[in-house]
Amino acid sequence: MLTVTNLHAGVGGREILRGVDLAIQPGEVHAIMGPNGSGKSTLARVLAGHPEYHVTQGEVLFDGQDLLAMDPESRARAGVFMAFQYPVEIPGVNNAYFLKAALNALRAHRGEEALDAMEFTSLVHDRMTALGIDEDLLRRPVNEGFSGGEKKRNEIFQMAVLEPRLAILDETDSGLDIDALKTVAHGVNAMRRPERAFLLVTHYQRLLNYIVPDAVHVLADGRIIRSGGKELAFELEEKGYGWLEPAFAEATAGPADSDRRDVGRLGS
Amino acid sequence: MAQSLDHYVAEWKRVGRRGPESLVRMREDALHRFLSRGFPTTGEEEWRFTSVAPIAERAFALSPSPVTDATALDVAALRLPGAVAELVFVNGCYAPSLSRLVALPAGVRVANVAPTPSDRPIGLLDRPGNPFVALNTAFVDEVAYIELAAGAVVEQPIHFVFIAEEADGHATMAHPRVLITLGANTQASVIETYAGPAAARYFTNAVSEIALAENAVLNHYKLQYEGRDAYHIATTHVQAERSATYTSSSVNLGGALVRNDLIAVLNGEGVECTLNGLYCADAQRLVDNHTTIDHAQPHCGSREIYKGILADRARGVFNGRIIVRPDAQKTDAKQTNRALLLSEDAQINTTPQLEIFANDVKCTHGAAVGQLDEDALFYLRSRGLSETDARHLLVHAFAADVLNHMPLETIRASVEHRLQRELIGALASAA
Repeated sequence: MLTVTNLHAGVGGREILRGVDLAIQPGEVHAIMGPNGSGKSTLARVLAGHPEYHVTQGEVLFDGQDLLAMDPESRARAGVFMAFQYPVEIPGVNNAYFLKAALNALRAHRGEEALDAMEFTSLVHDRMTALGIDEDLLRRPVNEGFSGGEKKRNEIFQMAVLEPRLAILDETDSGLDIDALKTVAHGVNAMRRPERAFLLVTHYQRLLNYIVPDAVHVLADGRIIRSGGKELAFELEEKGYGWLEPAFAEATAGPADSDRRDVGRLGS
Repeated sequence: MAQSLDHYVAEWKRVGRRGPESLVRMREDALHRFLSRGFPTTGEEEWRFTSVAPIAERAFALSPSPVTDATALDVAALRLPGAVAELVFVNGCYAPSLSRLVALPAGVRVANVAPTPSDRPIGLLDRPGNPFVALNTAFVDEVAYIELAAGAVVEQPIHFVFIAEEADGHATMAHPRVLITLGANTQASVIETYAGPAAARYFTNAVSEIALAENAVLNHYKLQYEGRDAYHIATTHVQAERSATYTSSSVNLGGALVRNDLIAVLNGEGVECTLNGLYCADAQRLVDNHTTIDHAQPHCGSREIYKGILADRARGVFNGRIIVRPDAQKTDAKQTNRALLLSEDAQINTTPQLEIFANDVKCTHGAAVGQLDEDALFYLRSRGLSETDARHLLVHAFAADVLNHMPLETIRASVEHRLQRELIGALASAA
């Protein structure tokens, strides 16, 4: 579904990703872990098409399409969704209006009819209840005055309504209390389908207690230095990133050799 | 500025001597004031950013054109459903066939009247400072008039429509005059709408005088939808007595060169004054809003928020003057003014002007100029909205809080509709 090959990208002239390789199949949940500054969020933002990030080298294919050639809205319409690390407050734009406009843009792309207000309301109702989201939140401007937890839950709520094929969660778990974390995890688990994939970008292993990944990748200094199954997360939790220090040193030291090109690929 | 005022004299000689002697004298005095003052220049502080040379250089003529089916059609688009009275003026002349007057409540008078200098406060504004008011008075012939006797309440809005029509190719001018006097304990909503053809160089020079007695409540709208090539100069002067409430919503979506002077004198204790302003311009158009809130008495509150959306090479000017007189203790004044620039070449000149002579007062002002928030734009697009729709939504959101302060739902909806239409053009050229 998603194939990332030798991706180099950065922001403001600074290279952050320095050759990322990653392959995700439908139905899989992948976790990207790594210390601060390793490039986790950059990877998420590049995949979503943030205009401030520029790709200098490499390729990203989504269902065989060149994802990097698509503008952000085309990616969304193709089924890519990113839950923002810092959801943006948009005063004056009503949350429900925004979400309905987004959903109808996706539906139009798929050749489906637009939902009217009634249909939209009944569609969102169940999902709000499941995520413990207050009706009032829909009537408020997008993210304005929301607590940290409310913002993150709103992202998951949007994901539940927009039903993407690939959902990228950029540190959605950061700053959440345990109840909110469980809510978010439940929201993700409830959406797991054979045709849908998740990429969880996280700083902490904690989230993976509630969402069991198929693969865990460790990102350091812009490269994936280790990939493995869910047990890799536990190992990291136990031993810390220092455990991977030799690999870190190597990643930091020189250009990627040809072997490492396959490291990020599951099942290679 | 080299300017010849001769043709104003010629026009005046043609029409200025109509009516009773006292009226002719009032007009003549005003004409002399205008002639000795001349058009303002950018060398004057009050007109520093706004050159009226395009007006001064053209020979506008009074042109009472006949009301046609086309006029009726244009007016139909401006009508306000639910208005209790709708007076229509075409090129400055009252058009009874297009006007509607339903039975008004007792104590309410809405009419087109002849100016009478003796018993009505016409001429209140004729101070040496503003030549456009003098020019208006020099040509005043009809007055859109509202009078509420003490205690009268009119729930449905009263609508004045000033529409310009093309008159065989020559540049026309009109000098609309509005007079509103609300007695004690009254309440009314009044809308002034200004509109005209899309591609005609005409000149509207409007003057509105508003007197609010004790406890009077006025919701006042000025909706300026002039054609894109029009020149629109307007002066609104409000005098509010004890515990009166004045709420102004000033919307400017039209005009090539627009200047609004809004002066509110809070002349009694406990007056509440709210000024909402919204303007949008593209191309090389200029919108200048000068407001003055004069806190002359204690315990008055004023809230002012003006927002502008500027695209292409459009320019905005905002000058917000707040005077707090020595007696006006416990004044609570808040002024906000924000501009959204959709292009690199769009420009706003904004000047808060606080003159505070009392010591126990609360006065705040804030000005902000910005572009569309790129993070918000990306957020919306990342959910599937097109860039155009995302921009549209954000610009509309910018205007939303001013719109939401407009008390009448029907007007809010029609302003939103027109704003949408303007934004399509402005955003297309900004992209």
